[in-house]
Parts: sequence; structure tokens; C-alpha cells
Amino acid sequence: MSIEAQSIRNETFVLNLGPQHPATHGVLRIKLTMDGEYIMDADPVIGYGHRMHEKMGENRSYAKFLPNTGRMDYVAALFNGHGYVGAVERLAGITVPERAEYIRVITSELNRLASHLLWLGAFLVDLGGFTPLLYCFDDREHVLDLLESVTGSRLTFCYYRFGGVCNDIDEDFIAGTRKFLARLRPRMPMYDAFVTKNIIFRKRVEGIGHISAEQCRKYGATGPVIRGSGIAYDVRKVEPYSVYSKFNFDIPVFPECDCMARYKVRVEEMVQSMRIIEQALDSLPTGPVMAEKVPRTIKPAKGDCYFNVESARGSFGVRVVSDGSENAYRLKLRSPCFSNMSLFRECSEGMLLPDALALLGSLDLVIPDIDR
Amino acid sequence: MKSVLLKSKFEAIAGVAAETAHATKGIDLDVTVPAERLVEAVKILDEAKFMIEAITGVDWLAERQLEVVYDFTHVESGERVALRVRIPRDKPELPTISHLYGGANWHERETHDFFGIIFTGHPQLIPLLLPEDAKFHPLRKDFTA
Repeated sequence: MSIEAQSIRNETFVLNLGPQHPATHGVLRIKLTMDGEYIMDADPVIGYGHRMHEKMGENRSYAKFLPNTGRMDYVAALFNGHGYVGAVERLAGITVPERAEYIRVITSELNRLASHLLWLGAFLVDLGGFTPLLYCFDDREHVLDLLESVTGSRLTFCYYRFGGVCNDIDEDFIAGTRKFLARLRPRMPMYDAFVTKNIIFRKRVEGIGHISAEQCRKYGATGPVIRGSGIAYDVRKVEPYSVYSKFNFDIPVFPECDCMARYKVRVEEMVQSMRIIEQALDSLPTGPVMAEKVPRTIKPAKGDCYFNVESARGSFGVRVVSDGSENAYRLKLRSPCFSNMSLFRECSEGMLLPDALALLGSLDLVIPDIDR
Repeated sequence: MKSVLLKSKFEAIAGVAAETAHATKGIDLDVTVPAERLVEAVKILDEAKFMIEAITGVDWLAERQLEVVYDFTHVESGERVALRVRIPRDKPELPTISHLYGGANWHERETHDFFGIIFTGHPQLIPLLLPEDAKFHPLRKDFTA
């Protein structure tokens, strides 16, 4: 090779991925330094959707912040609400009636199904397969109809309250949920034959996008990302909150560390969510759905506490610091996507651009959850 | 209980460690260390294979101090350790831990955005969530829009 040709090979150029790009699922920009088709450095530029939710948490009362929780991770909004009410309940010492906790589990797991179905469709669109999206959205529509009937909204839910939930579920909802599970369960083998066994899909995800367990630990990556790297970390199991300890379910773990492992974790998780919902419906206790004597204005005692839930994307944590007044002194929202995204720079180095897009899709990012 | 075993290690580097009830506080060990021993404290957690969870700033305006809480969790036992550091408000400087935990890079940039804390040794301490020309720190209690 001549000297001239070599110098051309070593030349790098900057490529902007986004901020408006179909593969970023929102307003995310990645500044790529490329050597031909290979990524030398990928610097994510975030904050386009930043709304300072943490400040809003400080300048309004605890209850007034509730609608904000549905506007961070809007694909799995109930988990954010659960994390927030859980933290405030823990700090203020509010006990939630059992029926309300069961309803929280049922609706949360339905939300997880909706979230994973959306991810499955969108991930395959990223990889060039359009058809599965239509099937996923068809199924997801049924979940949204069910959740709409109890929460009143289809996406930005604001359903949980301090001390319970705002609306009891009725026989129609229970029958509808059972009907939906009976519909989705036989469709899982269909997805399997349709997607998992597809040779083009396998070539795009198997052995692509390696994330080691050690990297997950160093970056705080949780959810299907860490479980796709062989670690069975799930908040529902390691520090059970709500009534999750009463149900039998498995934590799917795959040790391959690639995009395929993260795909398999999510698909298997959908089956486990269905198991949880069924058990919860079977053993649903009667009783109130709101705790008695929850004050209209909540004023927790001075101090702070931390509360975590297993969102569809990983561990969502809330730290509330109270100074005894009706507003939080400090509200920290630890979003799973923020940590999951932060390891992209290290993991994408040296990857082909199309492979990096598969990696990006397998992280299941919701940009407003990163930006908050 | 891994966090109990760590208690004496934190005390050896001038830290104050107290066990707390997970059910009411959400953490198992509450540790306060002086700012200059922060990196050593994080090394203890790194050796015990803890995962970084989050970094939270708190502005204690009346006390003229800024508090930074480093949350860590153990992926097998689910135990949580909160590491607290207090620094004076008029000289908000802390050493970076991004060389130990890569994930701290973004958490520190975020805390720098919101509180104006300088993390010395940080490789890229530029605004992350705020606009690139932002000169304000919105979570400081004396911030007015």
C-alpha cells in the first residue's frame, strides 16, 4: 500500500447521529468520530428534553408533583409513579392496604408488557424489519385499553396516590385482563418463530454489542442490560417492595452479554409478567384501595430516604429529603436509562455503525427518562 | 451482611458509619466521610464489588454547606450504602471518582450542572443536561430564574 493510501485510511471524520434520527427514539444526539464505517469515539449529547423535574419537585407540594412522574419514562409511566409514592410513603410512614398493593402490581406488570411490546416492535424497526411492529402495537393496544379503563389515561398515567390508588378495579377489568392474557400467551410462540428464529435478525444481534458484567457494575446499568450480562439483579427479588414477595416468578438471566441476550431477557420477562398478573388476579384480596387518615397535605418528618422499583428499563430510584415542610427539600430521580446510556461510549468503541445502532436499540432508551 | 463488615474499614479512614433499617430508610449503611478521604472510601466499595447507583447533591443554605450523597448497591445481596460528604458552599470542590467508576462521569457532570460543584480531575466537566453556555446552577437554594 502506498503512503498516500495509508494516510487516507487513518483519516477520521465527525458524524452527527441525531438529534433527529429514527434510531435514537427521541431527541438524542451522538457525536461520532468515525474511521470509515468504524466508530472511534461516540460522545452522546443529551439534555434536549431536559425539563428540570427535580426542581419542580422542590417548588410544589408532594401531591402536585404526581403528574410529573408520568412524563419522564412515558412508555412505562406507572413505575415512576410507584417509585415516587413509595419513597414518600416510606418517609411519611404511610401503610398501603393490601388490595391497593395488588392493584399496583397488576397495573405495573401490565405496563411492563406494554413497554416491552413497544420496545420489541421498535427494536426490529431499528434493524430493518417493519412487520413485527404492527403485531406488537396490536397487542399493546389491548393493554392500553385496559389501563385506560382504570387510570383514565393511555400513556402518561397518574394513578398511584400516597396510601393507595385513586380508583378501584372492577369485574370488567379483571375479566378483560384474563382475556388479554389468554390472547397474548399463545402469541408468544408466534413472536418466537417470527423473530427469534429469523436468520437475518440473528446475524444482526448475536455476538454484537458486548457489555460485560463488570461494565454494568461500573456504570450502574440495571434491568435487562445487567440480566443480559449474566447477573440476576432485579429489585423485585433482591429487595422486594410492594407485594412482589408473595408471587412465584423467575428472573430471566442470559450470560451471553450481547444484544441477543438482552432481547431474550425481555421476551422471557413478558412471560413472567403474565405469570405475576395471573397469580395476583387469583389471590386479589378485598378491602379498601386507599389508606385511611392520609393527610391532605403531606408533611414528612425531617430526614431522607431512598426507594427503588424495578422499572421496565431497570432500577428506578427516588431519594426524598424532607425539611418537615409540605414541599420536598430535595427530590432526586435516579433513572435507569441515564445509567444505561452512559456506558454506550465505552461499549461502542471500535464497532461498526450499524452494529452500534443495534446496541443502542438493545439498551431500550427513553430519552425523556435520561433528560428528566 | 457485607455492609457491616465494611463499617470498620470506613472508620479507619475517619468515616462515621451507622447501620440503618432498610425498611424505613432504604439503605443499610449510612457513611459520612471527610471530603479528602472520599476516593479511599469509594475504593473500599469498589473492592467489595458494589455497583454505583447515583450521585445526589443537596444544598444546605442555612449551614453554608453542600452535601453530596453517593449511593451504592450490591448486585447480589441488594444491600445499599450511602456515602455522604459535606463541603463548604463557597469552595465547592471534590475529587472525581470517575476513574474508579465510569458511570460517575455523567453523575458528576449532572451534579456540576445543578450545584456548581467542581470535581477536580474530571476528564470532561462540561454541561450535560443544561445548555452548553449555562452559567447558573438551578438546584442551589438561592437560585432565582
